[in-house]
Order: sequence, then structure tokens, then C-alpha cells
Amino acid sequence: MDSLRIPILKIGDILIASIQVALHDASAVQFKDDLLQKIHDTRARGVIIDLTALDVVDSFIGRLIADIAAMAGLMGTRVVLTGLQPAVAITLVELGLELPRVLTALNLEKGLSMMQRLTEENGDGAV
Amino acid sequence: MAQSKTAVIRSDLDIVIARTMARDAAKALGFGAIDQARIATAVSELARNIFLYAGTGTVTVKEVEKNTRKGIEIVCEDQGPGITNIDLVMQDGYSTSRGMGMGLPGAKRLMDDFSIRSQEGVGTTITCRKWRT
Ligand SMILES: Nc1ncnc2c1ncn2[C@@H]1O[C@H](COP(=O)(O)OP(=O)(O)OP(=O)(O)O)[C@@H](O)[C@H]1O
Ligand SMILES: [Mg+2]
Repeated sequence: MDSLRIPILKIGDILIASIQVALHDASAVQFKDDLLQKIHDTRARGVIIDLTALDVVDSFIGRLIADIAAMAGLMGTRVVLTGLQPAVAITLVELGLELPRVLTALNLEKGLSMMQRLTEENGDGAV
Repeated sequence: MAQSKTAVIRSDLDIVIARTMARDAAKALGFGAIDQARIATAVSELARNIFLYAGTGTVTVKEVEKNTRKGIEIVCEDQGPGITNIDLVMQDGYSTSRGMGMGLPGAKRLMDDFSIRSQEGVGTTITCRKWRT
């Protein structure tokens, strides 16, 4: 089966991806590759990943997000996660997964203003 | 939910199917949103292990009762290589696949009861339960 692609939008120098479906492993890996490529191509200074629709984040997706944040960081790009459901956040911590490099915001709107602040503070885009 | 339900694991798509089945069952049994997420996440970890280490296997969910307490039981079964040292695989960070080694100890933390039966070359059966509060 073809893995479905998650659309990645570009607004100014920020990329926004909203995950709207349950991710199976192949589509999650595809998303990581697409996103990193797009960061590279657009030289985006920030990436917002909206997880409002995800009701499970297991160790596989958790590690993938941590990897995205680490690799984006190497390219000078900040990552903010938005819309993490409370049940998902609790489960992640109990599972043993902390996402130390990843910033979170309650929703997409707050994520955007957080990103704006971050990229302004850091004129050169460095982490 | 009188009957048990089984999902066969053959691909990464089946991992999603199994955890959705477990979540739906947990919801039908009256578990709240946080427990539903715990149960679905534990099933996701165990189903992925079946896919990764045994290739194929099954995940079965059913209702259980103990002294008037109701709960959900999840049995994950495979005929894969088996686990030689159970204490070792239950340690945080132990992995033979460059994973985070978080699946088994994490699933145990998310559930109430957790037990592994395994024999080298024969297969692995993991049974876990969550009780309704
Ligand atoms: N069903 C199974 N059959 C055989 N070996 C297994 C099975 N499940 C787990 N294992 C072994 O136990 C180890 C630990 O499993 P665990 O799920 O905790 O971590 P992982 O799968 O390696 O990484 P993660 O789940 O964090 O991605 C695995 O690396 C594997 O060697
Ligand atoms: Mg695992």
C-alpha cells in the first residue's frame, strides 16, 4: 500500500504540518523524510507540527518526532508541537518518553506566536 | 463486549488496526480517555514487537472480571524466536533493534498486570490487564 502523504504548508519562513490521520509506521517515516527535505529546500526557520488529531503517540512516533527535532535543530530550524491531547501527553510520560528538545504549545495559534517570538529572538536562526 | 476480538498482525497497518480495536473495546467497557490512550499505546508497542521480532502473530482483547471488578485483558501471541532473558528485555533501554528499548517496560507501566511467557524457538505470549477504577 502506498503511504499517504501529509501535506506540509509554508507560511513565510515557517512550515506547518497537521497530522490528521492515524499514522502507520511507513507513512510516519515518509513524513519525516518529506519534512526534512522541505526544511532544507525552503530554509524554513521554524516548523510547527500539529498533533490535535492523534490519539496515540507510541515509542515509534515519539522517537520519530525527537529525531525530526534533532535533525531540524542541526539545520537551524526550531520545532514546536501543538495540540497534544492531555491523554496522549500523560501516556507519553508514563511510557518513559520525554521530548526534551521539543517545544510544545496548546494549539496552532499559540504555536504560531511562540514560533514568531523564537525566530525574532534568534535573528540568525541558530538554536 | 461479551466476546473476545482478535487482530492478526502481519504489517505495520495491522498495528494501527490492533490498537484501534483495543481502544474501541476499552471505550465500550467504560474506560476513560486517559486509560483508553494507555491501553491503545500499550497494544501499539506489543503489536509492533510482534511485527518486528516475530513477523506475524495475534492480539486478542476481551473483558475480564475479578471480585466484581471489571477490566480488559490483552493477549499478544506469536510463534517467533522467543525471548531468552525476560529480565533483560524488561529493562528500560534494552533493545536488539536499535530501538529505544521502551516498548516492553513502557507497556508494563501503562497497564496494571503484565506477564510474559516465552520459550526460545517456540514463541512469546504476553498477557496484560487494566482494571476499571
Ligand atoms: N515478541 C517478541 N519476540 C521476540 N523478542 C522480542 C519480542 N518483543 C520484544 N522482544 C525483544 O525485547 C527487546 C526489547 O523490546 P522493547 O519493545 O522493550 O524495545 P524495542 O522494541 O527494542 O525498542 P522500542 O520498543 O523502544 O522501539 C527487543 O529489542 C527484542 O529483542
Ligand atoms: Mg518495541
